[in-house]
Amino acid sequence: MPKFWTFKGGVRLPEHKERTAGKKIRDLPPPDRVIIPLAQNAGSPPRPVVEKGQAVEEGEVIASPSGPVSSTLHASVSGKVTALDDFPVPYGPPAPAVEIETDPESSSRRRLAPLSDPSPEEIRSRALEAGVVGLGGAGFPIQVKLAPPEGTEIDCAIINAAECEPFLTVDYRMMLESGPKVIDGLKLIMKAVGAGEGIIAIEANKMDAFYKLQSLVHREKNIRVELLQVKYPQGGEKQLIAALLGREVPSGGLPSAVGCLVQNVATAAALSEAVREGEPLIERVVTVSGPALKSPGNFRVRIGTPFSYLVEAAGGLPEGELKIISGGPMMGVAQAGLEVPVVKGTSGILVVPAVHRERNLPCLHCGDCLRGCPMGLNPGDLATLVEKERWAEFEEHGGRDCIECGCCAYSCSSGRDLVQLIKLGKEALKKVKS
Amino acid sequence: MTAVNTKKRLFQVTPAPHFHSGETIPRVMWAVVISLLPALLASIYFFGYRALQIEVVAVVSAVLTEAAIQKLRGRPVTVSDGSAAVAGLLLAFNLPVGVPLWLPAVGSAFWIAIGKQAFGGLGHNIFNPALVGRVFVMHSWLGRMTTWSPPRTALYEGVDALTYATPLGAAKEAVVSLVPAAEGVFSTADMFWGNIGGCIGETSAIALLLGVAFLLYRGYIRWQTPVAFIAAVGVLTWLLPEQDGALALTPLQHLLGGGLLLGAIFMATDMVTTPVTGWGMLIFGLGCGLITSLIRLYGGFPEGVCYSILIMNAFTPLIDRFTRLRIFGT
Repeated sequence: MPKFWTFKGGVRLPEHKERTAGKKIRDLPPPDRVIIPLAQNAGSPPRPVVEKGQAVEEGEVIASPSGPVSSTLHASVSGKVTALDDFPVPYGPPAPAVEIETDPESSSRRRLAPLSDPSPEEIRSRALEAGVVGLGGAGFPIQVKLAPPEGTEIDCAIINAAECEPFLTVDYRMMLESGPKVIDGLKLIMKAVGAGEGIIAIEANKMDAFYKLQSLVHREKNIRVELLQVKYPQGGEKQLIAALLGREVPSGGLPSAVGCLVQNVATAAALSEAVREGEPLIERVVTVSGPALKSPGNFRVRIGTPFSYLVEAAGGLPEGELKIISGGPMMGVAQAGLEVPVVKGTSGILVVPAVHRERNLPCLHCGDCLRGCPMGLNPGDLATLVEKERWAEFEEHGGRDCIECGCCAYSCSSGRDLVQLIKLGKEALKKVKS
Repeated sequence: MTAVNTKKRLFQVTPAPHFHSGETIPRVMWAVVISLLPALLASIYFFGYRALQIEVVAVVSAVLTEAAIQKLRGRPVTVSDGSAAVAGLLLAFNLPVGVPLWLPAVGSAFWIAIGKQAFGGLGHNIFNPALVGRVFVMHSWLGRMTTWSPPRTALYEGVDALTYATPLGAAKEAVVSLVPAAEGVFSTADMFWGNIGGCIGETSAIALLLGVAFLLYRGYIRWQTPVAFIAAVGVLTWLLPEQDGALALTPLQHLLGGGLLLGAIFMATDMVTTPVTGWGMLIFGLGCGLITSLIRLYGGFPEGVCYSILIMNAFTPLIDRFTRLRIFGT
């Protein structure tokens, strides 16, 4: 029996994956129009290279890199650029985006040249050209991760297949349906950074994916598949490395500081497609789920597809007062409307009943937040320091180490918005420092 | 496919996380009330319905005072969260059965007003409010607070109520009068079931242990404080020499004969006024055990649980500061 790895802290959550775990990924046709926000990657948003009224072809570059940490955007449908303007986005206030009206007649698609045996440099430049960013949510451009800073050596590349957020089944379905692509992506990552070891780490609630991938890698000497205990946030980069290798990423540091590189399942598959098939990143798989949805599922859609289109595909909006979440229930963002588009980091759309509970009652000092914190912080204390605007102490008590996983607020009997307060504190600290 | 008309629909927007464990303040507080029920039943069994009257008066007074003060402060009235009821019940548990009924009423009103609301209400008080109330009534009406009535079973045997004593009191009395108290009055079995003199909620070890089992099972208290507290008293009363002339009590009599279990389980584990980390709780419990033992063995009072907890409450912020967890990656 394989060993189940885990980390310190965290919480056990109801999983709710059964509604979509058995649903095959369904390809949806392009919508009437797509809205492609420019800021879909960590770092600087790419600069648009198209104009209003211009005809674009599927896979054509519409925005190109604007700095060292940036990415490329492609038209996800063929059609006409109808607007370059601010649009509602799922991750914050309205932001600049390219709107394209789909031409239903066109079926052409631009691809890059497939590479059968790319060099590390070719892998990195392909990742940039194809606009591959981390698909887990943060959207970190992967060519940057694939070029570790001078002097650091990466010995272990990890595919994060924990998928520890409840409801989401994107990575699980990808492993079952596109296992070889995931493994090829891992090999490309290992080659790009010169890592001698590759690990695919799966939470133990996805045993069939574990067996599937293990059957695919059993001949590979330097790749292994490991099982993790089902505990949130097992998919947190730092928690994952600690669980698998017993290495602690230093406070404020990157995984490369301990010789690791972590990518999620969908990102590895996207890298494989970009290299082997020359496919730019213009679509992704999204889990659409929630207790009241008629036909929840896993759908492959074009980047820029409005949420409304996906909700309709999942059986339409149910009655009652609802909450729409982009992402998972622990770290996802509640949406004010369904007109926002799917971006590269959209792993799920959840339609759940609205819950009214008392929030921000006085702290009872019970300590449940710090027992749940995977970073060893005292979230209740940090939140109080934010309320009192004591920034120096906030920093000294590790406010910047918070990974915003939400375990503290999940556990809080007083219903305090602990993560929200700590996020505010981190923002304020940036302003105070500058 | 046409876009869905979503103009009319409004959606709830709140910050992440969108899941919650379902634990709430009322859930915690009412669970504590449930855990106190065995001790409440034991108090009625051993001390009669007068015990229930005291408990009802203390709780009603606590709830009414809290509501009145919250109204005066212009704050939402939150008595339904159960926190006033919990501390009212705990204060009643700390009284002897012979007190007049106005005493629990005054005691409850005092601790709510001074012990809790004066500090800003729930979550803001530094000292355990029920114990603040106890100290107040103790020092205001010392005679009434130290007149012990025998438990019901002893009463039938014709024991004089005025001369009855608690096991710890008897030991202390022996120091003063240099007359050894009657041997064998307090058997271990009597102390375990609660058939001894004392405050109405503290005598029955079995009832208190049922309560702690429930709280541990539900995860509302942790083992560190009670274990450290009780272990420290057990070891210190065994190791340290008794005061000259004192009736030698065994460590077991120290554990069962006074307010130690009630204090260690329900007072020293109060979330608001005690440390948050496991190490902090251990230190807190050990400190309580040390102070309790010193007062009991060498102090002027027979009982030291109440003061030990209040003194350690004052150290809670300091303990929290020195037992901070190691931040990941540092």
